[in-house]
Amino acid sequence: MHDDPHPPAVLSVHTLRKQYGETVAVDDISFDVRRGEIVGLLGPNGAGKTTTINMVLGVLQPSAGRVVIDGLDIARHRARALALTNFAAVYAPLPGNLTVWQNLRVFGLIYAVPDLRARIEQLLEQFDLRRFRDSKCGVLSSGEQTRVCLAKAMLNRPRLLLLDEPTASIDPASAHDLRQMIRAIAANGDSGILWTSHNMYEVEAVCDRVLFVSHGRVLLEGDPRRLPAEHGAASLEELFISVAREPLAFENGSRA
Amino acid sequence: MNIRHIAGILIRHYYLLRGSPTRVLPTFAWVAIDIVLWGFITRYLNSVGPSGMDFVPTLLGAVLLWDFFSRVMQGVTTAFFEDVWSRNFLNVFASPLTIAEYVSGLVLTSIITSLVGLLVMLVLAGGVFGLSFFTYGILLLPYLLVLFMFGIALGIVASAMVLRLGPASEWLVWPIPALLAPFAGVFYPLATLPAWMQWIGHLLPPSYVFEGMRAIVAGQSPPWATLAGALLLAAAQIVAAGWCFARVHRYAVRTGLLARYSAESVA
Repeated sequence: MHDDPHPPAVLSVHTLRKQYGETVAVDDISFDVRRGEIVGLLGPNGAGKTTTINMVLGVLQPSAGRVVIDGLDIARHRARALALTNFAAVYAPLPGNLTVWQNLRVFGLIYAVPDLRARIEQLLEQFDLRRFRDSKCGVLSSGEQTRVCLAKAMLNRPRLLLLDEPTASIDPASAHDLRQMIRAIAANGDSGILWTSHNMYEVEAVCDRVLFVSHGRVLLEGDPRRLPAEHGAASLEELFISVAREPLAFENGSRA
Repeated sequence: MNIRHIAGILIRHYYLLRGSPTRVLPTFAWVAIDIVLWGFITRYLNSVGPSGMDFVPTLLGAVLLWDFFSRVMQGVTTAFFEDVWSRNFLNVFASPLTIAEYVSGLVLTSIITSLVGLLVMLVLAGGVFGLSFFTYGILLLPYLLVLFMFGIALGIVASAMVLRLGPASEWLVWPIPALLAPFAGVFYPLATLPAWMQWIGHLLPPSYVFEGMRAIVAGQSPPWATLAGALLLAAAQIVAAGWCFARVHRYAVRTGLLARYSAESVA
């Protein structure tokens, strides 16, 4: 993590809420992601993680609350805020009918990346994609496609990087390399990263701080290496299972 | 508007066309088949019709102009469908791209593909069947402009419809030109139609183009005033279409439709 004990927030989520009729998907969530920090957003399926990410990305309008990216309210400065943001998610692959280089060029233009050709070459090198440069993304393996998505997510050197289960479909060795890369990005100090994963080993290895979400609410927050002991669990995975099965026991931020 | 953002959309479609003959072929193949079919029909009608009657400028000219309009409309919708087919909405709409820039990119893509189709049609209709566009005089250019503008407006509305109703509704888009042709009086004067159909016809800018085209072929003076009205109507329809797309996009963002779109659960 960054040396500065209080680096500025690249993402501030204030009492964010999303309601579909009577169903509350996200219920007054508030949190920050600071520069150089990797924050894990954890929770069972349907907890509201992806809904939160979609609101941060501006593709879903909150029912209430605010999302501020590097000082810019996304509701009022959408284009400027999203120019400082990028994301990679398993459910948002890049078009399979374009080559790796073509996809990076197209999205580089959309993100108005300066000196684009040089930046693409740099990312092809960084994500070990040189040999796939002229391959269509649709014919690449899951791991290779994930690396292309991450290269796209790094095109604009985002202040805020959102990663929704980035290692979900790749082998352990590739996942290990990817985690190293992402830690290195955060260590540079300019970017803050919001990361979702169901792999608790990975979360413990990568995240500086985690937020446990269930039924659209943040139930627990803290250091993933200390949090299990603070709540009487043997491991982060055990704590995850407890939060998923007995969310009411954690309503006030600690086990009842 | 940021030119680089628009260039990103345009270049994506250039890459798709460059790498895929199956995408290039439809830009001119179907219109070429139409010209060949109607070219021979007009030739036959000229041989059996009254002496001196020439069906080429009325029938073949009408087919060519209507095909041009269809190509423009489908140029916009096909460019939009590429994002539907490749489930690219999240990547596109979670970027700094504005709706105006995105739609501008689709329109520019359509300009290029429809001009290719127009060139092929002009060469074929003129070279093989003797259709001379000098028959229509200088009015040909504003006629093409009206058809182009209406094609753009309709393409934007059709894309908004697919965004609102889901990917499966693309099958409602393809027959739109065929559905409108009877109302636009492509092959006959609007006066032929019953009153309620004429009323709809008057809301369609192409109807003024085909009425004007027939007037010129019949040796009457060019209908400048109606042409100006058609241009204004088409311009207003483009503005309305843009407003419609932006409104549907806002609805999709508010309801979660956009975020869920790639799952096709909305179909």
